[in-house]
Amino acid sequence: MKLGSLNEALTPILVLAICVIWAMVDSGRAVQGIDSALRLMTPLLLACLAGLYSERSGVFDIGLEGKMLMAAFSAATVAYLTGSAWIGLLAGIAGSMALSLIHGLASITFRGNQLISGVAINFLASGLTVLLGIKIFQLGGRTPSLEGAARFQPIELPLAETLRGVPVIGDLYSNLLSGHSILVYIALLLVPLTWWVLNRTRFGLRLRAVGENPASVDTAGVSVTRLRHAAIAICGVLCGIAGAYLATSLSAGFVKEMTAGRGFIALAALIFAKWRPWSALFATFLFGLLEAIANQYPNLDLGFITIPSMFMNALPYILTVIILAGFVGRAIPPRAGGEPYVKER
Amino acid sequence: MAEPAQHLGGRSATAAPAAIELTGISKAFGPVQANKDIDLRVERGTIHGIIGENGAGKSTLMSILYGFYKPDSGTIEVNGQPLSITDSMTAIRAGIGMVFQHFKLVQNFTVLENIILGAEDGRLLRPALAKARGVLRRLAEEYQLNVDPDERIEELSVGHQQRVEILKALYRQADILILDEPTGVLTPAEADHLFRILEGLKAEGKTIILITHKLREIMEITDNVSVMRRGEMVASVRTAETSPEELAELMVGRKVLLNVEKGPASPGAPVLEVRGLKMVDDEGVERLRGIDFDIRAGEILGIAGVSGNGQTQLLELLGGYPEKGSTVSGTIHMNGEPLDVTGTRSDARTRRKRGIGHVPEDRQTEGLIMDFTAWENIAFGYHDKPEYQRGWLMDNDAIRRDAQKYMEDFDCRPRNCHLAARNFSGGNQQKLVVAREIERNPDLLLIGQPTRGVDIGAIEFIHKRIVELRDAGKAILLVSVELDEILSLSDRIAVMFDGRIMGERLPSETTTGELGLLMAGITDTDRHDPAEGIPPEHQYVETTPEERV
Amino acid sequence: MDKMPKWADVILTPLISVLLAFAISALVILAIGENPWMALKTMVTGALGSSYGWGFTLYYATNFIFTGLAVMVAYHASLFNIGGEGQAAMGGLGVALVLLYLPLPHWLIALPVAMIGAAAFGAAWAFIPAWLQAKRGSHIVITTIMFNFIAAALLNYVLVNLLRPVGSMDPASARFPDATHLPKITDLAATFGMTWGEHTPVNVTFFIAVLACFLTWLLIWRTRLGYEIRVLGRSEPGALYAGISPVKITVLAMLISGGFAGLMAINNVMGESERLVLNAVEGAGFIGIAVALMGRNHPFGVFLAALLFGFLYQGGGELALWTSIPRELIIVIQALVILFTGALDNMVRMPLERMFLSMRKRGDA
Repeated sequence: MKLGSLNEALTPILVLAICVIWAMVDSGRAVQGIDSALRLMTPLLLACLAGLYSERSGVFDIGLEGKMLMAAFSAATVAYLTGSAWIGLLAGIAGSMALSLIHGLASITFRGNQLISGVAINFLASGLTVLLGIKIFQLGGRTPSLEGAARFQPIELPLAETLRGVPVIGDLYSNLLSGHSILVYIALLLVPLTWWVLNRTRFGLRLRAVGENPASVDTAGVSVTRLRHAAIAICGVLCGIAGAYLATSLSAGFVKEMTAGRGFIALAALIFAKWRPWSALFATFLFGLLEAIANQYPNLDLGFITIPSMFMNALPYILTVIILAGFVGRAIPPRAGGEPYVKER
Repeated sequence: MAEPAQHLGGRSATAAPAAIELTGISKAFGPVQANKDIDLRVERGTIHGIIGENGAGKSTLMSILYGFYKPDSGTIEVNGQPLSITDSMTAIRAGIGMVFQHFKLVQNFTVLENIILGAEDGRLLRPALAKARGVLRRLAEEYQLNVDPDERIEELSVGHQQRVEILKALYRQADILILDEPTGVLTPAEADHLFRILEGLKAEGKTIILITHKLREIMEITDNVSVMRRGEMVASVRTAETSPEELAELMVGRKVLLNVEKGPASPGAPVLEVRGLKMVDDEGVERLRGIDFDIRAGEILGIAGVSGNGQTQLLELLGGYPEKGSTVSGTIHMNGEPLDVTGTRSDARTRRKRGIGHVPEDRQTEGLIMDFTAWENIAFGYHDKPEYQRGWLMDNDAIRRDAQKYMEDFDCRPRNCHLAARNFSGGNQQKLVVAREIERNPDLLLIGQPTRGVDIGAIEFIHKRIVELRDAGKAILLVSVELDEILSLSDRIAVMFDGRIMGERLPSETTTGELGLLMAGITDTDRHDPAEGIPPEHQYVETTPEERV
Repeated sequence: MDKMPKWADVILTPLISVLLAFAISALVILAIGENPWMALKTMVTGALGSSYGWGFTLYYATNFIFTGLAVMVAYHASLFNIGGEGQAAMGGLGVALVLLYLPLPHWLIALPVAMIGAAAFGAAWAFIPAWLQAKRGSHIVITTIMFNFIAAALLNYVLVNLLRPVGSMDPASARFPDATHLPKITDLAATFGMTWGEHTPVNVTFFIAVLACFLTWLLIWRTRLGYEIRVLGRSEPGALYAGISPVKITVLAMLISGGFAGLMAINNVMGESERLVLNAVEGAGFIGIAVALMGRNHPFGVFLAALLFGFLYQGGGELALWTSIPRELIIVIQALVILFTGALDNMVRMPLERMFLSMRKRGDA
């Protein structure tokens, strides 16, 4: 029991330790770095929460990557054509939802293999985005750069200016927390919201039940199919926001394969977080930090050893394998995960 | 077919509307016709038994009534009102509740969360949880259904999990309660407690449908009984007007000879000697708490007990595959030589080489590979035998020759060794397994639930072959939850409870009553000192046990 | 009784699935304003119309046979190995190390040694996920995905920091010694006085791939190990009951699987580029999934599916060359094939089963 709660606190402690040490060693770049970690975390967090809804309902989703990519492309395209980041966001959600629908059709309605369906969706997105991109813009798969209202601009949080003088807290608030795009805050707010939905609402109860034992839900007179489709739809929406953030906020437009494995890092974070929303926040922030460090210091010289950036980039995957191996706090997935629901016979 | 007329149908047609009236229900799963044109009438305020062999279609019929399956044809009336039950919600709204044989509970949810699942009255959980807590307290008092509302299901005993299922139905204000084989997982004492609860519910005016394949339970508690056979309803009678013999005959369609013809045993030297066998599973639960027994050549030792008391672990351990992560201690001797219990030579392959054959309890996931052909299954477990190898490759022709021969010896039908195992009936699948193990002429045969889900004809055949093997001077360890099977086959009976052997009896010198007590963990010496884990209200009350049929 | 005849299950279902995938691909081509019929013609002429086209088609097919067999062998043990990409990349590293650092005087000697290097590195990369799955129950799909990324990072590091020749800016190894040059099929043809497939990369590895198909068939259906792999794939409790160690078989199946994926490097690294470059695998590991699924996890099916994908790859390149259809179209087709044969197979099977059932009922009546 004790050990369990220590394990849970491990990631936040680790994250905090990295931030504090960084700030002490190289304070100038630390603020910049942690600031960028927050931005790099956002797509991971959104995709991770997306995966959380899907997998807690018992549907494995290794197609997060593809859905994000599709969303990034449709968001950038529509934002460019309409000049509105918000309409782009809607388009991104629609693009991601379309793939969610395919995943639902394959893995829920036709009880197919969820993993294979996920693989297919990743390729579909990877091919279609380039195909359509070339067709529409003739830029070799890129969209033109987005400017002005076609991108989500940073927003100042209230009182950011007035609090700037306050030491530490004011500093953190106005320099780190303030000045990001609205989507960053949406992602952060989604964490408590997801926790609340899962633990305090009827939908959450049923969602968790259907991922553990779908027959319990079915015999209670609730449709397993509908619940899972709903979960997958939420997953689609969140992946849509994640993709839109990538293309219309973090970058100024879409480039080929721009998700660059973020969907898989999000998946890794989900396992790291043991399918729980608050832990997902810490896990994705940790992975965001690692990416930021790799960006800031291509060859991190620790004095006794020089860590190449490739190692930092691979670290999320390595950490996830270690977690999966169960040496540090075993990750047990939802019991009915991956299995299509068939009434026993 | 010469069967008694349906006593009930005509007489009560004019009386008050029945709780349930099914007419012409049919249901097919692919090519299998599970229910054929079934009529059933269940009177209000009665306990109605539905009896039949495994696979007779009882559970399918009740699942249709509960909206879990959709019937292909037929009509349902509840309290005189025609009702189209398309999903479980409709059934629940009509006041029907069901306790499935395999509980439909979420293991890592609390009792309370399980109770309100699907009946949350509103989008938020808090009010529902508060309400359920109150209702639960009331129900607990009213029906002796105590469970801790905040305990997680995985922490509860099977008996308590069943209570949660009943509470779930009552919370939804079920008027008609269906229980599917509720006593399979209970000790006789727990079953007795359950029956008292059911009688209490009946006194409140509720209607109860009890599905079972145990004649004793039908005779003990039901008012009316319907008999199913091979997907058809063959009779509905008043329990008081029938006898176990008549019901048994209806169930199987002919006179049943449940007594196996066998001469007295002539035991020889001990073949298997088990001493102080203990096993702790990977969650730290002690599943075997020091088992001692011998089996001699030419005798059948029957192990009786409610399922879940360590029999499965014992069989798996002897068969060479104890549960993953478990720790085992104790000694086993086979023909006087020690068997490796924990080391690298404790696997199933080595056990077979030492002359141990094993018909596992679960033939569909262990005994057979359902997608493999019959001939591939005949080599299963023996696929590394030298006579099946030809250089680097396997000699499939040799396997097929054996398969053809075994299938003839055991009258497996259809006699086509190229068919996949899943295409054989339950009885013929079991014959494949038994043939494979017996034909290798083992010194010791472990055999678990030999006739579960097997038709009567195959049961007789398999029993005969077991006795023949005994008469050939082999040792046999028989594990079965069917007391009748244990009593008719065994030369000695050991009763298991909670990982221990509570006592050994000779079949000629014991009764079902005495064995029932042992199965509940009560021995002669501690009659007044109930065994650990049995709360006073659970204690077995000696009812007159039905004589065996 | 089976719901439908075996031939329908083995041939009809996948055939309809593939046709559906191609039909939708045609719609995609229409949607981007091109003519599917013209596209098909371009692909057929480009990939199959000349020995030059065939040379490339067979070269790609060789890659896909190896990665397809890799997925297939694991699949029979009920393991979904998505790690072919990483294992093939590591196989490339194995080939490079063997050829760069061992003095191998002739390709006939270099080939078997390089094969051992390729298979050993590929197998080693599959070993850790396999061991974690067998011993710790870590989901092999996730670990093999992770290992793909780790392999990419590792290879990047090795090429940039260790194997890159001094003065070169290119993250690639030095060229392998000339003595280890594998004969191209065109060279073989030339010795018989024929001109076939000049300037195409297809080489002797193709024959090894065909042999590998046959050996895999023997392995899975004619050997004890194959029997045990299939048992484990169908039922783990069954395996335990039969005295088959799930740990041993899981690890062995994945070692063979990783070995096959690694062997692909013989074709692309040793046979074609003759040095190790970054991202040499180019997605062939993932195509192995499509190939195995389409080939119904049978070596003969894998062979046919690999040929089809070889054709698609070469044809796709030709498309990009002669029309305005980008070669990413192939990725879409690949995705659709995976989707329809692997995930949506019930969409085809369920109506077929119903049809056969009603036909039988009518036959009975």
